[in-house]
Amino acid sequence: MDFDLTEEQSILKDSLDRLLADTYAFEERKRHMASAEGWSAEAWNRYAEMGLMALPFAEEDGGIGGGPVETMIVMEALGKALALEPYFATVILGGGFLRLGGSAEQRSELVSGVADGSVKLAFAHTERNSRFDLVRVETTARKDGDGWVLSGSKSVVLHGDCADRIFVTARTGGEADDETGIGIFLVDANAEGVSRRGYATQDGLRAAELTLENVRVPAEAVYGDPSDALPLVRRVVDQAIAALSAEAVGVMSAMHALTVDYMKVRKQFGVPIGAFQVLQHKAVDMYVAIEQARSITLYATMMADSDDAAERAKAMHAAKAEIGRGGRLVGENAIQIHGGVGMTMEYAVGHYFKRMTMIDVAFGNTDHHMRALARAGGLFSAAA
Amino acid sequence: MSSATETDNVTASNVHPNSLRVYNTLTKQKEPFETLIPGKVGIYLCGPTVYKEAHIGHMVGPVIYTFGSEEQKKRFLPRIANLDDWWCQGFSEPGAGSDLASLKTRAVREGDHYVVNGQKTWTTLAQYADWIFCLVRTDTEAKKQEGISFLLIDIKTPGIEVRPIVTIDGGREINEVFLTDVKVPVENLVGQENKGWDYAKFLLGNERTNIARIGMSKQRIARIRELAGKEMSSGRPLIEDERFREKLAAIEIDLKALELTQLRVVAADAKRGNTGRPDPASSILKIKGSEIQQATTHLLMEVMGPYAVPYIPEHDDRWNEPSEVPDYAPSAAPNYFNFRKVSIYGGSNEIQKNIIAKAVLGL
Ligand SMILES: Cc1cc2nc3c(=O)[nH]c(=O)nc-3n(C[C@H](O)[C@H](O)[C@H](O)COP(=O)(O)OP(=O)(O)OC[C@H]3O[C@@H](n4cnc5c(N)ncnc54)[C@H](O)[C@@H]3O)c2cc1C
Ligand SMILES: Cc1cc2nc3c(=O)[nH]c(=O)nc-3n(C[C@H](O)[C@H](O)[C@H](O)COP(=O)(O)OP(=O)(O)OC[C@H]3O[C@@H](n4cnc5c(N)ncnc54)[C@H](O)[C@@H]3O)c2cc1C
Repeated sequence: MDFDLTEEQSILKDSLDRLLADTYAFEERKRHMASAEGWSAEAWNRYAEMGLMALPFAEEDGGIGGGPVETMIVMEALGKALALEPYFATVILGGGFLRLGGSAEQRSELVSGVADGSVKLAFAHTERNSRFDLVRVETTARKDGDGWVLSGSKSVVLHGDCADRIFVTARTGGEADDETGIGIFLVDANAEGVSRRGYATQDGLRAAELTLENVRVPAEAVYGDPSDALPLVRRVVDQAIAALSAEAVGVMSAMHALTVDYMKVRKQFGVPIGAFQVLQHKAVDMYVAIEQARSITLYATMMADSDDAAERAKAMHAAKAEIGRGGRLVGENAIQIHGGVGMTMEYAVGHYFKRMTMIDVAFGNTDHHMRALARAGGLFSAAA
Repeated sequence: MSSATETDNVTASNVHPNSLRVYNTLTKQKEPFETLIPGKVGIYLCGPTVYKEAHIGHMVGPVIYTFGSEEQKKRFLPRIANLDDWWCQGFSEPGAGSDLASLKTRAVREGDHYVVNGQKTWTTLAQYADWIFCLVRTDTEAKKQEGISFLLIDIKTPGIEVRPIVTIDGGREINEVFLTDVKVPVENLVGQENKGWDYAKFLLGNERTNIARIGMSKQRIARIRELAGKEMSSGRPLIEDERFREKLAAIEIDLKALELTQLRVVAADAKRGNTGRPDPASSILKIKGSEIQQATTHLLMEVMGPYAVPYIPEHDDRWNEPSEVPDYAPSAAPNYFNFRKVSIYGGSNEIQKNIIAKAVLGL
């Protein structure tokens, strides 16, 4: 297998890494986090100028035509920098629905705005009783003339506070956990009947609680089949999991680099703490976990575009579980090896640890995906 | 063997029961534990009150009781027991963490007092303390463990400055303490000059036992059961999920065993009499106790599912209206983050393992 990046991909990686190193140092990030929006509009514009927002969209839609590998490169770099901007919500989640579920008209209406950074998107799915299940939707969409009327509450909508438009799952038929009867609707965040309450998340990003009270949307707001959009949701979420895994690899490697550096400079008992073999082995365990996470992320990336929904889902279960448990090992050890310093808000390592922890919670935690993979029959089949 | 298996940290750590109180960080009041949960020690739960921290008088009390002068006992012990005085622990320094004996804060005797200069750090709840007990260097020539003394310092003495350090969960429980030309009367020296390291080891042995926090972990497990009965997963309460239940059972087994281990350590201690030296087995309590606390705080966070994500500081007025975020959820992740500290402080778990390897296994 060829794991080398193409020349163009290498350029993307190097230039983005450089941009973030130059403009998004940890102290800068702190400042953005403390601002009212919780992220940097300047940085957002720079991403747009670099073409990051246009990256995954087809050239005929006004995009650059990048694939899962390009997304992986970008997400890993954003993870390393602990970027706060709504890239994942807008380009990966929202953009995913647009790319994979949007008609030609819908794409031509929206892609250019996303690509130039002027439109921000989000995905509202989680509900009070859904936990990590994609199938459990109680928000309703009632047919009303040509359009639809949506009612319900959505929780922890990532960057839902700043989004201009929000993709919302709602039930057009069936019971709360029926596979069919789920539709996906694009709702204007300022539409009548929409209220949102924004807040910071544990890792310093932003999210919102969203309430929909008889929100009227036109027929053009429907993405895909209004009575059978769950396969589309699964597909978008699978791609999002591949992207999150790449971000996690960036987060983990940055944490590891900080830790190894610290082991070389922190002295106790007259020697650098890196001289203690027990800490060396911890650092090696972290290194192994990161390389395993990187490999499984590559696997998820290769499977992200697959039309075989069952195999694709298994790859994502595997990736999400692996980065979940690897990320926990890396994060907890990074804090431990730093001692008291690791416990302070002032120092970067704790922020990586918190982001890593929240990545595990997003779109199903380690246990959720481990269980799902086990139920799906695992990755390797039985001997004949 | 007695039939009592119901332990709490009071019996286990040689502490006079009256000296245990909690500091309620919300009401900023000192309250006896009994007013919160009768008979239980230390709670770190999810819910509107994030946590209540035991004050540290229970650390210095036994040191004064065992090594202090009659005057010191009369002066300090009743006030510790009544909670009239709050104490904090001034051991660690920026350059002296695991290698505590390398501490540099200097105390120079000048007539009837010492003049203290230096910096302490990670000092828990120093912002509320009336007194700080410090390890200071009184002899720079001697071997590093042999030049240390144990001083009791009124924290309002001129020259002391306390600066807060915010922890990763946003908490305000630790501080830096700067000491500049601080005058401490010689009668505040505990025991003999340059023997402070022995008293510190005695205290650290007790601290380790206390850090096991078995009662607190039991409380947290009860809370996990309760809330996992409320949170739904695939249409059923999470507590009915086999994978979740097995994880909880595994932690419970560890905790039950540790409870018995703790009783064994206490019983052996009682039989041996107070030697003033920590039993290396207390390191087992520290290692397993902290691992269990960390496993339970993690599991409690997992109970919350997606609702672990919102960061909503306590008493945020904007959250007075009803919301889908259950009120017990927002403190779960901060608690998990915060409890990474328990394998770091009180002598890190790596240091505890070094102690067992050397003192128990003879390696
Ligand atoms: C099934 C088997 C097949 C083998 N086949 C071959 C073969 O074909 N050719 C051949 O030449 N040899 C072979 N070996 C030998 C093998 O390479 C040695 O067993 C191995 O190098 C360990 O040496 P040792 O057994 O002397 O153990 P030791 O070196 O005495 O080690 C004992 C323990 O101490 C640990 N240890 C040692 N040094 C350190 C250190 N610096 N830091 C931390 N831990 C340490 C080890 O990890 C181990 O756990 C074989 C061994 C086995 C078990
Ligand atoms: C929340 C919190 C509250 C605290 N409260 C107090 C307080 O009230 N009063 C007080 O005096 N102190 C307090 N401490 C300080 C605490 O005791 C120290 O953090 C601890 O001793 C570790 O020291 P350090 O942070 O300097 O880490 P370091 O000693 O620098 O350790 C860094 C890493 O190296 C490892 N390490 C060090 N030496 C060895 C070795 N020989 N072998 C193997 N590994 C080693 C450690 O285990 C750790 O993983 C508190 C700390 C925290 C985090």
